[in-house]
Amino acid sequence: MSGPGVAGPVVVIGGGPAGMAAARAAARLGVRVLLVDSGAMLGGQYHRQNSLAGRDLFALPPGVEHLPHTVVWALEPVPGGGHRVHLRTGPADGPGRTGREVGTRALVLATGAYDRALPFPGWDLPGVYTAGAAQALAKGQGVRVGERVLVAGTGPFLLPVAASLTAAGAGVAGVLEAAEPVTAWLRRPAGAVAGWRKFGELAGYAALLARHRIPYRRRTAVVAAHGTDRVEAVTTARLTPGWETVPGSERRVEADAVCVGFGFVPQVETALAAGCALDGGFVAVDAAQATSVPGVFAAGELTGVGGAGPAAAEGEVAGVAAAKLLGARPAPPAAALRRVRAGRGFAAALARAYPVRDGWRTWLADDTLVCRCEEVPYGELRRSVQEREALGVRAVKLVSRAGLGQCQGRVCGPNVACLTGVPDAAAFARRPIASPVRLGELAEPPPAEPEPGT
Amino acid sequence: MIVRVDGEELVTESGRTVAGLLLALGRVSWRTTRGGGRPRGVFCGIGVCHDCLVVVNGAADVRACQRLVRDGDDIRTQDGAELPA
Ligand SMILES: Cc1cc2nc3c(=O)[nH]c(=O)nc-3n(C[C@H](O)[C@H](O)[C@H](O)COP(=O)(O)OP(=O)(O)OC[C@H]3O[C@@H](n4cnc5c(N)ncnc54)[C@H](O)[C@@H]3O)c2cc1C
Ligand code: FES
Repeated sequence: MSGPGVAGPVVVIGGGPAGMAAARAAARLGVRVLLVDSGAMLGGQYHRQNSLAGRDLFALPPGVEHLPHTVVWALEPVPGGGHRVHLRTGPADGPGRTGREVGTRALVLATGAYDRALPFPGWDLPGVYTAGAAQALAKGQGVRVGERVLVAGTGPFLLPVAASLTAAGAGVAGVLEAAEPVTAWLRRPAGAVAGWRKFGELAGYAALLARHRIPYRRRTAVVAAHGTDRVEAVTTARLTPGWETVPGSERRVEADAVCVGFGFVPQVETALAAGCALDGGFVAVDAAQATSVPGVFAAGELTGVGGAGPAAAEGEVAGVAAAKLLGARPAPPAAALRRVRAGRGFAAALARAYPVRDGWRTWLADDTLVCRCEEVPYGELRRSVQEREALGVRAVKLVSRAGLGQCQGRVCGPNVACLTGVPDAAAFARRPIASPVRLGELAEPPPAEPEPGT
Repeated sequence: MIVRVDGEELVTESGRTVAGLLLALGRVSWRTTRGGGRPRGVFCGIGVCHDCLVVVNGAADVRACQRLVRDGDDIRTQDGAELPA
């Protein structure tokens, strides 16, 4: 498929809205594309397909090779330019996966984001899920996480979660929004206008909540979960504007599941492995989605959280820029560039309207686990950091063990950084291995490798 | 297809994740933590948190939310830290 003078392939990591759009745009310009995604089917988080249905609804143009069930576990720069991408294909975390290395001079990172979860007493009980988990299980597996479910956190994403739970047959006992979003939006008319399409979607969800008589409460949160081996009830409370609980407002509510989401954390491992600069925790990009590293582009929620539409627009711009770098001669993607600009306005307005306020620290008890993997309670984290005067991320990890467990600080990183006041929260995401590999796999000799640009 | 869950044979469909299968069976937890022996199941649902670990065909530390079941799979609860097979 390569046109004259067009080298390849463009390697795209991530098959969500951003990665699919990047692959399509580059392939349309005659460049070979390799699209790598850990999932069985295309679509990423927003378009999560029901894998029981068995048929991938997304088609990509010829010229795109889609590698499903494939993880990028490491990335290394090649002297003289380009990157070598290390892949593993096969059943997730299985011992017998096939290794492959691919060289590329034009890499598009579109690895998306995951839910931020704030700790509270009992958040480690089975039956407490992230909002995204409830969404992924409902859409992808047709499974509801409970019969009587509370959805809590902050941001407009709580609404589609309540909708999916309802569609899966769960009873949603309430949606609790920690912020006061209505007034927050009204103070930002510019951002609100940029996101008008999203607003249409949100109005639909509001109607659905009304139809199912699901209460929507502002300035309210789940501040504790109760049960021995699983969630049986939760405590909800009204919040001050700074998110401290209002004394006397606590209520015990019976529930068999809680779904919490406080915005999203970008999945930056591959970007950090490539050496890309960050800005406010997200990957910094210019108007053409180029990162600080030549030959590396980034698109989608990795660069800011504005939803699937802006993610796809960024993907298209990145795909065109990557193809151009390899010799294609595209016209500027004017419509996509306009949608990217509007999307950035919306993302900025969203971030301002739904910030995470510091008062959540007051929900914690001394024995509340802060790091779920290494089982580090809040009191121990505080003591070890004070006694040993740990000031940086590495020191905090070593003295407290928080962030040293199997998730490598993905869940606790932003929270521990906040609780201990260490400056560089993104340092929690610097991991030599971007995706888990088994020790036996590391010991295997690498497969024959093509050089970049061939 | 037929799989075994903690020794018990059952019939399931292709496209099921191990987590989807266990939750559909009504189980909310299937491993215990190394330190406190506390029960854990799905938390993030998308492969990030490593709470949902399970033993599949003798290999420990498989993320149940990421792994699709295959015919003949032997799925076992994971207790504390299991040594790699
Ligand atoms: C669980 C979850 C559910 C969501 N559901 C909705 C929803 O219903 N509605 C809504 O408006 N928004 C939803 N969102 C918000 C959503 O993140 C975005 O709107 C949109 O999906 C972002 O698109 P993206 O292309 O940037 O990333 P994503 O859609 O997240 O796609 C990223 C892809 O990259 C893959 N990937 C990451 N790292 C690697 C690696 N190392 N190797 C291989 N593959 C990798 C991932 O598996 C994923 O398929 C959800 C978010 C989450 C976390
Ligand atoms: S539930 Fe988080 S990794 Fe499976």
